[in-house]
Amino acid sequence: MSVLVFLDQADGQIRKSSLEAASYGAALAEKLGVPAEGVTVGTVANDLGSLGQYGLKKIHTINNPALDNLDAQVYTKVLAELATTTGATVLVFSNNLTGKAVAPRLSVRLKAGLVAGAVALPETSAVFTVKKNVFSGKAFAHVSITTPIKIISLNPNSFSIVSKEGVAEVVDFAATIDQSKVEVTSVNKVVGEVPLTEAEIVVSGGRGLKGPENWGLVTDLAKLLGAATACSRPVADINWRPHHEHVGQTGIAIAPNLYFAIGISGAIQHLAGVNRSKTIVVINKDPEAPFFKAADYGIVGDVFEVMPKIITAVKKLKGVA
Amino acid sequence: MKILVCISKTPDTTAKIAFTDNNTKFASDGVQWIINPYDEWYALVRAIELKESDPTTVIHLVTVGQADTDPIIRKALALGGDEAIRVNADSHDSFFIASQIAEIAKQGNYDLVFTGKETIDYNGSSIGGMVAELLDLPYVSLAIKFALDGTTATIEREIEGGEETNKVQLPLVVSCQKGMAEQRIPNMKGIMGARSKPLKVVEPTPVEAYTSIASFELPPAKAGVRLIPADNPEELVRILHEEARVI
Ligand SMILES: Cc1cc2nc3c(=O)[nH]c(=O)nc-3n(C[C@H](O)[C@H](O)[C@H](O)COP(=O)(O)OP(=O)(O)OC[C@H]3O[C@@H](n4cnc5c(N)ncnc54)[C@H](O)[C@@H]3O)c2cc1C
Repeated sequence: MSVLVFLDQADGQIRKSSLEAASYGAALAEKLGVPAEGVTVGTVANDLGSLGQYGLKKIHTINNPALDNLDAQVYTKVLAELATTTGATVLVFSNNLTGKAVAPRLSVRLKAGLVAGAVALPETSAVFTVKKNVFSGKAFAHVSITTPIKIISLNPNSFSIVSKEGVAEVVDFAATIDQSKVEVTSVNKVVGEVPLTEAEIVVSGGRGLKGPENWGLVTDLAKLLGAATACSRPVADINWRPHHEHVGQTGIAIAPNLYFAIGISGAIQHLAGVNRSKTIVVINKDPEAPFFKAADYGIVGDVFEVMPKIITAVKKLKGVA
Repeated sequence: MKILVCISKTPDTTAKIAFTDNNTKFASDGVQWIINPYDEWYALVRAIELKESDPTTVIHLVTVGQADTDPIIRKALALGGDEAIRVNADSHDSFFIASQIAEIAKQGNYDLVFTGKETIDYNGSSIGGMVAELLDLPYVSLAIKFALDGTTATIEREIEGGEETNKVQLPLVVSCQKGMAEQRIPNMKGIMGARSKPLKVVEPTPVEAYTSIASFELPPAKAGVRLIPADNPEELVRILHEEARVI
């Protein structure tokens, strides 16, 4: 019996959301009195032993360049083989785009109940029950898993990374690797940008900014804070900003430490995707804007007057000229 | 060419979310129901476009739900599609639902199964992957563009940290999101035509659910906003740094 954490990598580095999953898996393993282990799929570059600091005792590497592209079908088979060989009873994924592709398939293959979008450690005393996000951030459900093997996909930014002393043993796992039926003809990875779902701080703009030419007010602040940028749906629809920045009920759901909303009204569909943010700041000239009801801090004012002053103050705080 | 499009019924995006029966049931009284936006705007409309470019294409819709799902399926048929199948069951377990869809998919021998990327109520994003595994077919998740040349699909999809282009032979399962197509409004002809399209009701195949919902919970209400005067935005920066410690 063990808890097995899938470690998603980006250019040889384990993603932050997977380090959260590792910390979550380690805490769960401790609760269950079993060891926590990790697995990487595809070429590994960095020093995996150091992942012991997140509580993982052993890292299995399925180290093969044939697995560098994500094919859910091929990944599922190798992960199922590993899980069966090691006797894993709980598998933990980050509920990122990789987790969304692989965990459901694996659930079927291992006959393991899946809770996707978990936000807290399971209740394990009676029935194994996991709290997850439902109604696009407007509520939570406590979902019981009734199968012997269980899979949990943890929402990014829902569980803090815990690091201690420790070195993990790294072992290679020789899995049977199927030929992929999906040919990847091109890959276009965004480099140097903070991924929206993993970002601690998100600066977001709405139609109140009047046009793409004014987006410097968003991007300048974001850069100073090391933040990701987001936008409301109409802003993406009229192509002021790229679609992948659209947050909300029909866009991306995020839960950063700080969500900074500039010129966004706070429609219910927008709030659904951002209301799990720990701190919400709203700048809007309309005191009746619904966003103020969901905010922690706010300024009722014109973004074109307020934002330059905020940017200057943050520059001063960060010691930037 | 035969396409199966999975349709789910969800509360309207403005619906008030509340629970009854000791927080074990969604309070559906007075709730407006819609087609799950991802199923409608992207999966269904892209399938309709494929039929428009190749009229020999047949589109079937499938939903797992009780009789109160019929208006939603009719609405979907008003947009397009040749016939619909409703599996007469009420379940929130992804594996149960996926098993029903896979059963229909096996019987119908489809070249393509389209789902939305997730439902806006239970947010599982699991049905597509599960159906693919049950059918032992390739699965391309989170597609943003889909083109077909004979039996070869070229798909752009979102992956963690970027996008990639895939080439895959049919049959396969695809989950669809923004970019695949543009939302459409059903016209009068579509609405009238939908009434006479076949809607077949079948009983579920017996499948053991893997999960069940024990209870629901609403997030705690916010304490209330602290307003900072517009002529002193520097104070906001100070508070965020010194008190909230978020910057
Ligand atoms: C089915 C459905 C799904 C949807 N999904 C989403 C979703 O996922 N995400 C999403 O964001 N929306 C979604 N919407 C749209 C949503 O209802 C709102 O229309 C949208 O969020 C509004 O965007 P906005 O706040 O940028 O623009 P607006 O509503 O136009 O608001 C602009 C705000 O800026 C303020 N403002 C204007 N000028 C200034 C100024 N100079 N200084 C300060 N403030 C100013 C105004 O007071 C106003 O509050 C959805 C709608 C539907 C029907």
